[in-house]
Amino acid sequence: MSDLRKTLGLHVGLLLVLLALNWLLPAYHHGNLARIMVLASYAIGYNVLFGYTGLLSLGHAMFFAAGMYGMGLTVRHLGWSPAPAVLAGVGAGLVLSLVVGFLALRTTGVAFMIVTLMFAQAVFLTVLYFGEYTRGDEGFVIQQVDRILLGIDLTDPNNRYLAALLVFAICLLATFWLVRHRFGKTIIAIRENEDRTRMLGYDVFRHKLGAVVISGSISALAGATYGLLFGYAGATFASVQYSIFPLLWVLLGGAGTILGPFVGTLFMFYLIDLSSEITTAYMLIAGVTLVLLTLFAPQGLMGEVRARLFRWLP
Amino acid sequence: MSNRKEFSNSRRKALKTIGLGAGSAAVGASLPLWARYAEAQSSAPIKVGFQAHKTGIGAAYGRWYERTTNAAAKVINDAGGINGRPLEIVLEDDGTDPKRGAEVVEKFATQHECDVAYGTLFSHVVIGSAPRAGELKLPYFVVSEGHHVASGMLNRYTLQPGITDVKSQVAAMAPFVSDNLGKKVTMIFPDFAFGHDHRDFFSAAIEAQGGEVVAKIAIPPTESSFTKYFPKIPRDTEVIYHVMVGPAVLTFVKELGEFFGPSRPEIFGFIDSLEAVDINSPGLEFLDGTYFWEGNPRYAQDNQSEFDKAYRAAVGVDNNGASVSDPTDVSTYAHMFGCWETLHVIKAGMEASGYSGAGDRAKLIEAVEAMSDLPHSHAHPQGAKLFNGKTHQVFGHQYITRVTDGKLKLAHTTSIEDTLYPDEVDYTTQAF
Repeated sequence: MSDLRKTLGLHVGLLLVLLALNWLLPAYHHGNLARIMVLASYAIGYNVLFGYTGLLSLGHAMFFAAGMYGMGLTVRHLGWSPAPAVLAGVGAGLVLSLVVGFLALRTTGVAFMIVTLMFAQAVFLTVLYFGEYTRGDEGFVIQQVDRILLGIDLTDPNNRYLAALLVFAICLLATFWLVRHRFGKTIIAIRENEDRTRMLGYDVFRHKLGAVVISGSISALAGATYGLLFGYAGATFASVQYSIFPLLWVLLGGAGTILGPFVGTLFMFYLIDLSSEITTAYMLIAGVTLVLLTLFAPQGLMGEVRARLFRWLP
Repeated sequence: MSNRKEFSNSRRKALKTIGLGAGSAAVGASLPLWARYAEAQSSAPIKVGFQAHKTGIGAAYGRWYERTTNAAAKVINDAGGINGRPLEIVLEDDGTDPKRGAEVVEKFATQHECDVAYGTLFSHVVIGSAPRAGELKLPYFVVSEGHHVASGMLNRYTLQPGITDVKSQVAAMAPFVSDNLGKKVTMIFPDFAFGHDHRDFFSAAIEAQGGEVVAKIAIPPTESSFTKYFPKIPRDTEVIYHVMVGPAVLTFVKELGEFFGPSRPEIFGFIDSLEAVDINSPGLEFLDGTYFWEGNPRYAQDNQSEFDKAYRAAVGVDNNGASVSDPTDVSTYAHMFGCWETLHVIKAGMEASGYSGAGDRAKLIEAVEAMSDLPHSHAHPQGAKLFNGKTHQVFGHQYITRVTDGKLKLAHTTSIEDTLYPDEVDYTTQAF
């Protein structure tokens, strides 16, 4: 079997399993998985920049929040219906990532991390500053009546799950397609050796900017979807910890792998869920696990699977 | 000999137990299915999911909310539980985070199969969790003092019957401030939603009293030094109203003292900033003679009620508002009574509705909505309350204390009428 058929089979197979789980999982895990799929979409967005382009951003929460508020504010203040509101969220993320990318990409390495962190902090404080519209740190509810998409009530558990799966499938297949095509291969080349890529005649800045925009837009789609499916938008989602989470998920799952973000998000979610039942120091458990994984599986879970078992994994 | 006696005794006991067990099993097997189910139902505990801020920014409050909750549960269980069933507290840490908060509510509903969820303090966690509680049709009793419930933002399944909201607290302060401290007020508040609520509600309330807010000084949430803001305080200010929160409050008070020296205007603040902080901490000397809003007076007062006495003893708080086992462990006394009172409202609601299981959740909410006067009692040690079933919000007395000789002494108690405002929502019109 060719590598393409194997990889396609694996990824489509995962989506089919997730679809089947809609009717098989008990209520608690059904709800969790819907949430995990949306957060994994966020991690997929992060992975485009970190895993495939080699740019470590510490400010991705600003894109997630741009999507969430782009959707939430248009629903709350302009009375938009969910479909155009989600598009507004993605549009907000796209514009923000274009501007931030344009400015932040003048720096590299540690400076890029710091610049993205500062931009994210600026976005967080902007949300607080315009508290009259955003309700600042408290946030606001997106009411049940505003969460009906084309006649489908997204507050229903099944509809929510299927909507989450749809968004996750779009993000997964889009990145799958991306890394197999010219643009994706070029950003991977930039990650491996930026100078050589430039020497070969590629416009490195434009490709990196493209990666920031794709990454930011996917993150914004996840943010808009999260707000819509779970009925809340708040400044917490723009805070620094929500910039760190996708980094952890991707590191755990395997940077530069298509399935890594999903595996990392799933692993981390249940690690916290289960360990918080045992101790209040559950973030310590998460931290120790991360240290152990970094020591013994530096490429993350799926990275190790690729290195040891399936070298054809994208 | 004695050994043998013990043995035969225990053997007889064992036989008796086995016999009884077999007998009851036989009876059980002979019962129709519904009756066996009813039997199991009647003795199974009522599960209250406690969404606790064990970690994160709310941890100091969370620690005391947990102690109060456990004390109230013990009192309720010692008195026979709820409808003859024991009350079980199922605690989950929400990390004071709205995302985790919503997940915890889902966990209560679908994994722990709790009867109700309860106990959330921080507004962003309440607002992030309430939509899920509504969708899962899980009654959600918050202890938050936010205006979110009464503003109509939430849903029929979310109620706040054990603590008053910030809008009524702030509005009730205006008559006292304008009559006793002064009419020209400068407000210093954190530049986020909690501070904005104070700014908006108090400005309106003091104007209604013929006073005015002469300056509104918003402090950015990342600020750690405040000296540069104090020159903005107008010279004709008669009263400074402050509601700073978080660890920077000690610096804030110290710098305010250095700025004014011995001649200062009157100062009025909300104790929220100094909950779980000893009022005699170094740097807080400047607060001597200033006034505070307290939801419930931290120091036992001269007119202490027998209900406060019993409540204080049950939770383990001494007359100075600190833990009886550690005088440096100061409680969040102005807020935590809300946990005690809310659990008692849940009990009263379940008993009034004949609650027997998840199918009766709507009946429970209707029973709580039907409540009105909640008299000063062991169930309501903070004082008498008035519950508004339409807005799902309770109203009650507010206390103003003055820092005197290192203690907070009661200076004024508002009436319940002072705290009322027109309804902004009628949740009873929403379908279950």
